[in-house]
Amino acid sequence: MKKMIKISTLTVTASLLAVAAQADKWSDQFPHIKNTGDIAGECSYESMSKKDYSGQKLTINTHAVPVIGEPTALHAEQFSKLTGAEVNVIHTPAGDLYSKAMVPFQAGQAPYDIVFGFSNFIRDWKQYLQPVPAKYVNMRQMQDVTQSHIDVNSWDGEMIQFPIDGDRHYLKYRKDVIDNPEYQAKYKAETGNELRVPQTWKEYGEMATFFNGWDWDNDGELEYGSAEVMKKDDLMFAAFFSRSVAYAKNPRVPGGYFFDLESMEPLINGPGFVEALTDWVEATKYVPPGGINFGLGDEINSFGGGQTLFSFSWDDAFVAAMQDDSPIKNKVGAAPLPGSDRVWNRSSGAWENEFNQAPYIVWGWTAAVAKASKNQDVAFDYLCFFANDANHQADIAIGRFGVNPFKKSDFVPELYVERQGWDPEIAKQYAETLMEMEEGSTNRVFPLRVPGVFQFNSAIATGTSKALAGQLSPQEALDEVAVEWKKIVKRIGADTVREAYAIGVALEDNL
Amino acid sequence: MNFKHKYLFLLPGFLVLLGILIFPIGFTVRLSLSSWDSFFPGLDFIGLENYTRLFTDDPRFWEAFQRLSFMSVITVFLQYTIGFALAHMVWKEIKFQRFFRVLFLIPMMTTPVIMTVIWKTVFHESLGPVNDFFSLFGVTPLWLSSEALSKVTVIIVEVWQWTPFMFLLLLAGLLSLPKEPFLAASIDGAGPIRKFVYVTFPLMAPISIGAIIIRLIEASKIMDTVYVLTSGGPGTSSETSSFYIFIKGLREFQFGYSAALSLTYLIIMIISLTIIAKMLVKLMIRS
Repeated sequence: MKKMIKISTLTVTASLLAVAAQADKWSDQFPHIKNTGDIAGECSYESMSKKDYSGQKLTINTHAVPVIGEPTALHAEQFSKLTGAEVNVIHTPAGDLYSKAMVPFQAGQAPYDIVFGFSNFIRDWKQYLQPVPAKYVNMRQMQDVTQSHIDVNSWDGEMIQFPIDGDRHYLKYRKDVIDNPEYQAKYKAETGNELRVPQTWKEYGEMATFFNGWDWDNDGELEYGSAEVMKKDDLMFAAFFSRSVAYAKNPRVPGGYFFDLESMEPLINGPGFVEALTDWVEATKYVPPGGINFGLGDEINSFGGGQTLFSFSWDDAFVAAMQDDSPIKNKVGAAPLPGSDRVWNRSSGAWENEFNQAPYIVWGWTAAVAKASKNQDVAFDYLCFFANDANHQADIAIGRFGVNPFKKSDFVPELYVERQGWDPEIAKQYAETLMEMEEGSTNRVFPLRVPGVFQFNSAIATGTSKALAGQLSPQEALDEVAVEWKKIVKRIGADTVREAYAIGVALEDNL
Repeated sequence: MNFKHKYLFLLPGFLVLLGILIFPIGFTVRLSLSSWDSFFPGLDFIGLENYTRLFTDDPRFWEAFQRLSFMSVITVFLQYTIGFALAHMVWKEIKFQRFFRVLFLIPMMTTPVIMTVIWKTVFHESLGPVNDFFSLFGVTPLWLSSEALSKVTVIIVEVWQWTPFMFLLLLAGLLSLPKEPFLAASIDGAGPIRKFVYVTFPLMAPISIGAIIIRLIEASKIMDTVYVLTSGGPGTSSETSSFYIFIKGLREFQFGYSAALSLTYLIIMIISLTIIAKMLVKLMIRS
């Protein structure tokens, strides 16, 4: 991996030097890329300026401002200036992105040339989307995308969605607290354990409990253990899966994490998932007041604002914490999701008492071109321009944009030190954590991508939120989810769900 | 005389009615007999399967309906009581009467979703001003994340938003009341309380019933407040029927099933509101 980082560093440096002469020209006109200038490539500013799309019109359905919506609009304006195309951007709340595209898709209409959404929509959307043409798949810009994110945007080896963002769940922690010798001694004296980056969810819980409800950063405010996405229907199911992978994804048991691929029986109420939900219910005691109602925005604000010791989920909380205006800039650390001291083996029906860890390559933002679009060439060029190296480098430095690393060249610590003023040690830790998740593990879990994915996720959100609210015990809640999942599988058809699920399982089983 | 040409004049109205009322209802009925979802888009025919599922295998819908009934009745009762009190207050000649009349209408003129976002911030348990105040007394109520309080919070926001509507209707009613009964009551020596109980309230009964029914119809569709404030949580403790139908239809994309839910819900509401209206007439007018 170090060799890869060195090669990437050289590549980035060489690219920067090569385009230095052109950088001024384009960055004068487009200040967004003032740090890098234009970077040569198939979809660079220079390349796009040679295209003439005058008289052609693109309509894009994207997320609300700022997350993804703001960069979509910004790059639309830039694209329009460069090519002469008219670009109309429509902003839609996250919860409605799926249906707003799906309704016209099913009705055979094409109101949008480009639809933005989450990468796990792929199974339901793919029949209405135009696969990414070979010239984009084979271009240099795409070769820089990590294999995990090629996989996330592809279906059975064919790229359907255009990679514009990278997502994974990882641990964020207050480095100034965990590395503080005074707190280390205090923690040791009171608990008998080492204060360190938590290796397991149990350690995470113990530390979060210890640091819950007192002013440990001496700012006159109370701080808490952890900020987590617990609000029902607000991406909470992804947070639950992050907590469950260590207990339930056994690297020695292939053939499915969410379902047994052969029988299509749900595994969601197995002991591994129940253990994770039990931990999560316990976590309601060390989140800030009202933390059980925290959505992603609340989690970002809470951890990014210095209110909690830990957080885990998408990159945004980390990027927000490391922005110049953050009170905890250069006081945070990144680490892989905690693991567990034991992992459930569903084949033997017993716990295996050994350390286990599994990265969750969670779904994230992506975009695709509608099959019914009459301007597919323009649309693909827009997406390619959106994700070109110069735009991408500028976008990932702005937390509110929601664009996170997904290219190999993103995992170069120097980028963050030089351009964003990060502490070199934190930048190194961040880049290594992300790279290790992307390329280093063979025990990865991919998001559920099957027909009716929203029905499955909605069921898990309802079940787990009942457990968090104390309406049901973890076992009862997940039993209820399993019953609901069986009904969904029956309605859609076990073979249909299996066929789609097998594609994700192949990725998880490294086939 | 031959009046056949009258049908020609009725035709535009009939076409509008067909387009905006009869066709959507007919289509919803047809949709409810299909399995249309994200994977099977189309009007196949599955008979009463969706209805069977609803009546035999979906307790969540009925729980949401019970919750909605509770919240609607409480909300409308509070809106009526507060709205009547405010209307009665500015009905009399008081200082700044016009100012108060406009002031009391402001909540209704604001956009519900925007105001609910503001209320969510106000009730935010760790960052909101309400708990800043309560923390002075050593308590931090969980307005949005406790099973019981989350319902109370939804009710507070609904009452704040829609009491002005009740106020407006009741004030219009009060202003249209004849003066003679009040003069007669005064000559008979009735005080303010007796005048209210024996003159104002009975005279206002028809308008009150209309206002209550209109608000009950509206309150039974509580959706945006729940969506923004709690997403139906924690768990399912603040989930209402309309929010549940929204989840099934536009989150899970089960169009066929959500059409069955909507029609069932519509029929239940028509029946229950008819009964409520008759009971109110009996209670407030005949007695």
